[in-house]
Amino acid sequence: MANVPEDLHYSKDHEWVRVEGGEAIIGITDYAQNSLGDVVYVELPKAGDEFAANESFGSVESVKAVSEVFTPVAGIVAKINESLADEPEVVNSDPYGEGWMIRIKMAHPGEVDSLLTAAEYEDFTKAESE
Amino acid sequence: MVDFGGWDMPVQYPAGTIEEHLRTRTHAGLFDVSHMGEIDVKGADAIAFVNKLTSNDVGKLVDGQAQYTALTTPKGTVVDDLLVYRLAADHLLLVVNAGTTDKDWDWINSNHASEAVELNNVSSDYCQLALQGPDAQKILQPLTDVALSEIKYYHFTHGTVAGVAGIISRTGYTGEDGFEVYAPANHAEQLWNKILDAGETGTPTGVLPCGLAARNTLRLEAGLALYGHEIDETTTLLEANLGWICKLDKGEFIGREALARQKQEGVQRKLVGFEVTERGIARDDQEVLIDEERVGKVTSGSPAPFLKRNIGFAYVPVEYANVGQEMQIDVRGRLVCAQIVKPPFYKRPK
Repeated sequence: MANVPEDLHYSKDHEWVRVEGGEAIIGITDYAQNSLGDVVYVELPKAGDEFAANESFGSVESVKAVSEVFTPVAGIVAKINESLADEPEVVNSDPYGEGWMIRIKMAHPGEVDSLLTAAEYEDFTKAESE
Repeated sequence: MVDFGGWDMPVQYPAGTIEEHLRTRTHAGLFDVSHMGEIDVKGADAIAFVNKLTSNDVGKLVDGQAQYTALTTPKGTVVDDLLVYRLAADHLLLVVNAGTTDKDWDWINSNHASEAVELNNVSSDYCQLALQGPDAQKILQPLTDVALSEIKYYHFTHGTVAGVAGIISRTGYTGEDGFEVYAPANHAEQLWNKILDAGETGTPTGVLPCGLAARNTLRLEAGLALYGHEIDETTTLLEANLGWICKLDKGEFIGREALARQKQEGVQRKLVGFEVTERGIARDDQEVLIDEERVGKVTSGSPAPFLKRNIGFAYVPVEYANVGQEMQIDVRGRLVCAQIVKPPFYKRPK
């Protein structure tokens, strides 16, 4: 069973969002990393890049496949997780911690309220894997 | 699980593609390749008939020997690549790709004239398990009375494995030493489980069951072509660097004339191996640029888990097909630098 922490917000594209002040930290879920398999490459934007909600901000590659990652909230990238360049595998081993991808200064902090709760996301993944 | 030529097959087992790949290079991996097709050719003209259809020289085989070859079109392009096993002077077994089995079967039948052969598509009779890696012989030997060390590369023998009678062949598609075992399909599970047990699966150095993804990365690292990627009905054997299986002097065969002409005139494009020289992973079908011009396409592109580099094959115009040539690959809109290298990317230590 995939790990779905209670205190995060989730998207149907399998990203998670942790809100800290006016900023959103974004990564991919345990369910997502597990479906992808061994992550070998993560492509991230640059600090200062601006994204609309649900826009692709980069990609995650396993041996076999490339998957785009989308930001569930709009805003400007404040920081990226540069350590993923050398250690992409932490996306597998610690998707909600060291495997975070970007930190966004949210344009509309209220946007997170429209995302899925942990319980809703869990139901969503169950339905998807059936 | 994915659909692969009508077969439900695992892309990877729980260990994951990288671990499966590395274990096969360092110890052993077990692959269920029962999806491969088998076509039985029996009769006085078996060798002459298959020699007419394929580019390599079946006449060179002795009983108990296998050969890599191709079914060719009149243009010298590839209907399929396959292994021919010589069971006897009048009996051959063709092992073909899963996705092309029906096409091959039709092709072979449509080219059957007056030759005295009986053709049978026996694909569903056989299971095929490939045990690959430096520990393969050590794992398999206790399960059989056959002296495995006496089977030379690309040779085979009849024998029983874990009580199941079949064909034991020293062949594979990983660049490692190893065996492929052909047995009656209803014994597949028994054979699979016995080999995993004998190989102490579940231990850190034991055999790992491997899926399609590892099979692909292993063959790519070893510089082996995959039908539908490096070769198909639009690529000739010479373009694909498979001149070594074109025996133009063996006598007439389908495509011989076209290949002889192309050999004399020279190819226009050529399959090359490449290594990505900056960050990024090239993938199948991405475009190749040289001097800012789009000149070709990637046929297979992937991370190479053992080499820890990003590699691939691509077709480029022959004037650029030189080791060291710089090129760029259009990776979803980003141009990534790469360099032509000589395959195989990986060669096992002898």
